[in-house]
Amino acid sequence: MQYTIAEKILLAHTCLLAGRPAKKDIKPGEFIEAKVDVALGNDITAPIAISEFKKAGFTKVFDKNKVVLVPDHFAPAKDLKSANQCKVLADFAKEQKIRNYFEVGCMGIEHALLPEKGLVLPGQLVIGADSHTCTYGALGCYSTGIGSTDLARAYADGKIWLKVPHTVKFIYKGKLSKWVGGKDLILFTIGQIGVDGALYKVMEFSGPVIRNLPMDDRFAMSNMAIEAGGRAGIIEPDAITRKFVSQFKKKGKFYQSDPDAKYEKIYEWDVSKLEPQVACPHLPSNVKPAKELSDVKIDQVVIGSCTNGRISDLRIAAKILKGKKVAQGLKLIIFPATQKIYLQAVKEGLVEIFVKAGGIFSTPTCGPCLGGHMGILAEGETALATTNRNFIGRMGSPKSFVYLSSPAVAAFSAITGRITNPK
Amino acid sequence: MIIKGRVHKFSDNINTDDIISAKYLVSTDAKELGKHCMEAISPDFTSKVKAGDIIVAGENFGCGSSREHAPLAIKGCGVSAVLAKSFAAIFYRNAINIGLPFLELEATDKINEGDEAEIDLSTGLIKNITQGREYKTEPFPQFLQDIVAEGGLMNYVKKSKK
Repeated sequence: MQYTIAEKILLAHTCLLAGRPAKKDIKPGEFIEAKVDVALGNDITAPIAISEFKKAGFTKVFDKNKVVLVPDHFAPAKDLKSANQCKVLADFAKEQKIRNYFEVGCMGIEHALLPEKGLVLPGQLVIGADSHTCTYGALGCYSTGIGSTDLARAYADGKIWLKVPHTVKFIYKGKLSKWVGGKDLILFTIGQIGVDGALYKVMEFSGPVIRNLPMDDRFAMSNMAIEAGGRAGIIEPDAITRKFVSQFKKKGKFYQSDPDAKYEKIYEWDVSKLEPQVACPHLPSNVKPAKELSDVKIDQVVIGSCTNGRISDLRIAAKILKGKKVAQGLKLIIFPATQKIYLQAVKEGLVEIFVKAGGIFSTPTCGPCLGGHMGILAEGETALATTNRNFIGRMGSPKSFVYLSSPAVAAFSAITGRITNPK
Repeated sequence: MIIKGRVHKFSDNINTDDIISAKYLVSTDAKELGKHCMEAISPDFTSKVKAGDIIVAGENFGCGSSREHAPLAIKGCGVSAVLAKSFAAIFYRNAINIGLPFLELEATDKINEGDEAEIDLSTGLIKNITQGREYKTEPFPQFLQDIVAEGGLMNYVKKSKK
């Protein structure tokens, strides 16, 4: 055996391809058809999938327990058109008796919600019509973003076509300094290899730093694999993964890469001296240490999203903001990723800290990250966000500017009004 | 299938927010989406583009989101094909699945804005009529050709289910 974890999971899920028997081996570059364990869609992508599914004459989804629908992008509905799109999901869930439909009130940002509910597990093949579906790779599953028509097809027969990607391995050695975490590691990595540095590859994150990295930080890393063009961002499951899945009835299947697995490329970095990182406009690869950006004035700080809207992210922000005030005229928007995280933040008194500091605390939504609602940037405005993309116009006006950072850098910067290196 | 049209040039890393801004994702209609194609980075693109025209770009075309609205918007504004040095993976599969023709071409730097080009999708031959040059590209792998031949993924699946 000479397989990476990604190849092992894909091999275990292969099925008949155009009449040929199920496969005994697998190699990068070949086309396979595979059975999916989870097929996810949201209020932007699922309406097209549902319409394609019906247009093709299908009436019943392949397995109602494997379909997950989360209205999160423009939910709670920001206007009439998005209300109609959200309703398409609600109606389809009712019609198909889909249990895993999450209405406002139990909804969350999909990529935080699914792991929290135990709907994605190690060893699974997960597809989602959202590019950040790669987030779940942190659990040691093969999880990848696909399009709406792919999702429609999966609704029909539970399958997906895939070209088996090559795997690139990233080994992180050393010990992380204070205020440096998963977000800094992934920003640093994208800065090193570029936005197409892992184009059509699986990124496998490993090494002693990853073995000690908490689950929330792992999610943040895998989440941004797509920002380097990666099909998946996988971390081999270990004791930390085991502890995370121990809260669920099903634990999944733990795969490891073989010692002689073939990698297209191996990067090895000692990250002991890594400092907090920031991606500058207008690409996630335009990365600089935060300390070099102290002259950048900011109008808005956004803490949340599928990258950094988890409870540990909010705890870091609260620790920094406790007893402080945001800079005069600065807008601080904090949005927890799920209702569970929201409630936890209330219980722990984090919300009080945010509100007293002059910030707002929003219901879970993808809204601000993609310039949907809840904090659109005006012409000439600059935001520092813990989100994942800083493309032109991503959070509003094409003449606005978005910087990306960890929650720690974002919280310190909210107080000073400039990009601030944590101390 | 032969495609012929004027070239509109774009750079590397044209992302899905460039192609269609999130604020327009409240529609799934290709024609409607097409009215706003490339709006943020090239505001006059939709007024210049004519049915049959060709987009020519650099590396990593279509990076970013999984939104199928991106290839739909390109189709919807009348563009008949995209040539780029490389394509982002989700855009690649979306384009196949919805039937937006595209080819990978290393020499896109040699093609200029406004050139007239002709693409033969079955052979992968690209002619720059304005410059009198020809380029041979890799045709699609057989599996993808099968999907395209069936008229997109859903038809392919319907047939294989029978």
